[in-house]
Amino acid sequence: MTSRPKFFDAVNAALIGIISILCILPMLLVLMVSFTDEASIKQFGYQLFPSELSLDAYKLLLFGSTPLYRSYMISIIVTVVGTILAVTITSMAGYTLAAKHIRYRNGLGLFFFITMVFNTGLVPWYLINLNLGMNNTIWALIIPSLVFNPFNLFLVRNYMSQIPPSLTEAAKIDGASDFYIAFRIYFPLCMPVLATITLFYGIAYWNNWFNAIMLVDNEKLYPLQYLLFKLNSEISMIQQMQSSGAILGTQTLPQESVKMATAILTIGPVVLFYPFLQRYFIKGLLIGSLKE
Amino acid sequence: MKKSRFGFLREIRSNGSAYLLVVPAAIYTLVFGYFTLPYMLIAFQKFNFKTGLFNSAWVGFDNFKFFFSSPRAWEVTFNTLKLNFLFIIVGTLAAMALAILFNELRSRWFSRITQSTILFPHFLSWVIVSYIIYSLLSTDYGILNRVLAFFHIDPVNWYASPQYWTWILTTAAVWKDLGMNLVIYLAAITGIDDSYYEAGRIDGATRWQLIRHITIPLMLPTISILTLLALGKIMYGSFDMIYAIVKDNGLLYPTVDVIDTYVFRSLRTIGNPAQAMAVGLYQSVVGFILVWGSNKIVKKVNPDHALF
Repeated sequence: MTSRPKFFDAVNAALIGIISILCILPMLLVLMVSFTDEASIKQFGYQLFPSELSLDAYKLLLFGSTPLYRSYMISIIVTVVGTILAVTITSMAGYTLAAKHIRYRNGLGLFFFITMVFNTGLVPWYLINLNLGMNNTIWALIIPSLVFNPFNLFLVRNYMSQIPPSLTEAAKIDGASDFYIAFRIYFPLCMPVLATITLFYGIAYWNNWFNAIMLVDNEKLYPLQYLLFKLNSEISMIQQMQSSGAILGTQTLPQESVKMATAILTIGPVVLFYPFLQRYFIKGLLIGSLKE
Repeated sequence: MKKSRFGFLREIRSNGSAYLLVVPAAIYTLVFGYFTLPYMLIAFQKFNFKTGLFNSAWVGFDNFKFFFSSPRAWEVTFNTLKLNFLFIIVGTLAAMALAILFNELRSRWFSRITQSTILFPHFLSWVIVSYIIYSLLSTDYGILNRVLAFFHIDPVNWYASPQYWTWILTTAAVWKDLGMNLVIYLAAITGIDDSYYEAGRIDGATRWQLIRHITIPLMLPTISILTLLALGKIMYGSFDMIYAIVKDNGLLYPTVDVIDTYVFRSLRTIGNPAQAMAVGLYQSVVGFILVWGSNKIVKKVNPDHALF
C-alpha cells in the first residue's frame, strides 16, 4: 500500500465541489430573481442576494387571472395520460420482443430498429400530423414523437430477456395466456426498468414544447413549457396579465420577476420528484449502457 | 413456401395474443415511421397543401437549386457541424476528465451529493435553460454585465454579438449533459477489472500512470460508441436548444443558425414545405454518409469499437 497524497485528495474534492456548485448556481439565481422586488431589479439588475425581497410575482401568478393554472392543468393531463399510455404500449411490445417462444421476435425488433437509424425529419412528421388531424387538439401534445420511443422499447426488451424462459413454459402448462404472463408475471418482475421508462417518458412529456410550437396555435392548449417560451418572446403575453395588476394595488407589473417565477413553478415538480428521478435515471442509464 | 406459410399461420394461431401485445407499438411505428417516407418526395415537387402529395406538380431539383444557390446553405451547414463537433468533443473530454476525478474520490457521501447536483441540469427543459442564460446575459439586468461593470469593463450587448455565441451554446450544452455523461463514464471505469490496477501498483506505477495506461485505454470502447452515436446526429442541430435560446433573433444567425432552425422557418414561418423538405433530405443523406463513413474508419482502426 502506498500512502495517498493528502494534498491531491483535497484539491480533487475542492475541484469537484466547485463544479457541482456551478451546475446548480444559475438555477439559484433564477430562484432569487423570482423573489426580488421589481424596483430593485430595475436598479441593481438580477442579484443572487437581492437587495429587496418581494412575493409580488407569485401573488400575481397564483391569485391573478393568468393563464398559469390552465397551462399547468394541460401539462399535468398530458404528462399523466401520455406516460401511462407510453409505458403500457412500450412494455407490452417489450414482452413480445423478449419472449423466447415467439418466432418472429427478431424480425419485429428489426422493424422497430430501422426507424431508429433512419429518420425522415421534420417535414414528413409535420405533414402526417396534419393529415391525421392532430393539429390544435390535445392529442398533438400526447401522441406524436412522445407516446412511443424505440430506445425505451429496447431497454425493456433487454431487461426482460434475462427472465428465464422456463418461467413462461411453466405458466403456459398451467394454461396462462400471454396477456396473463406479461401483466402478472413479467411486469411485476421488471419494476426497476418500468420505473425507469416511466421516468424517461414523464420527463420527456413535462419538458416538451416542440409539439406545441409545431402543432398548436390555440392558446387554451398551451402546455406550461410553451407558455414559458412565449412569455419570454412575446411581451403581449405579459401585458395580458396587466389587467390583474390590481391584485397588487400597484400600477407597474413585476415583469422580470413574473417571468422567473413562472420558470420556477415550471420546474417545481422536477425538484419535488428529484430523489426518485435521479435514482431511476442512473439505474436506467446503467441498464442501457451495460447491455451486451 | 407453402410450408412456411402454414408455419406462419400456426405461429399466429398459437401465439396470437403475444402478437396482439405488439400491435399498438407497431401501428405507431408504421404511421410515424414508415408512412412518412413517401412525403420525402415533395422535395421534388411544387407542393401545396390543397393538391397534396399526389397531385402537386413535379419540378425536379428546383427546390435544391434554390437552397444551394443562397449563401445561407453553406452558413447553416457549417454552423451545424461546428456546433455539434464542439458539443461532442468538449462534452466528452469534460465528462471523461470529471469521471476520472470522481473515481479518485474517497468519500462516498460527497461523491453522491455532488453527482446529484451535477445531474440536475439534465432534467431542465431548454426553455428553462434559456431563462438561465437570459438572467446571466441580459443587457439591462444580466449578472455578467454587472460583474464586468464592477471591474470597470464596458458592458457587452450579448444578444447582439454573434461572435460569443458559439462558446455560449457549447458551454450550455456541456453544462446540461455533463451529469449524464459522467454517470456513463463512471460506470465504464467501475467496470474495469481491479486486477489491472493491482498489477500496475506492484510494478510501481504512479497514480497518473495508472490513469494514463489503464483507465483511459479501457474507457475507449465506451467513448467511441457514444461518439459514433453522437456523430449519427451531427447534421441535426438540436432544434429544441437553439430555438429556445436564440428564437428569431436574426442578429445571431451568422454563428448559431443551424439546418434544423432553417428547416423550421422554411416550414412554419415562410410556409414552404417542399423547400423545407429539400433541405431536410440533404440533411438526412449527408448525415447518413457521415455515420457510415466514421463507422468505417473506426472499424479499420479497431473492429471492436465499431457500431455496426
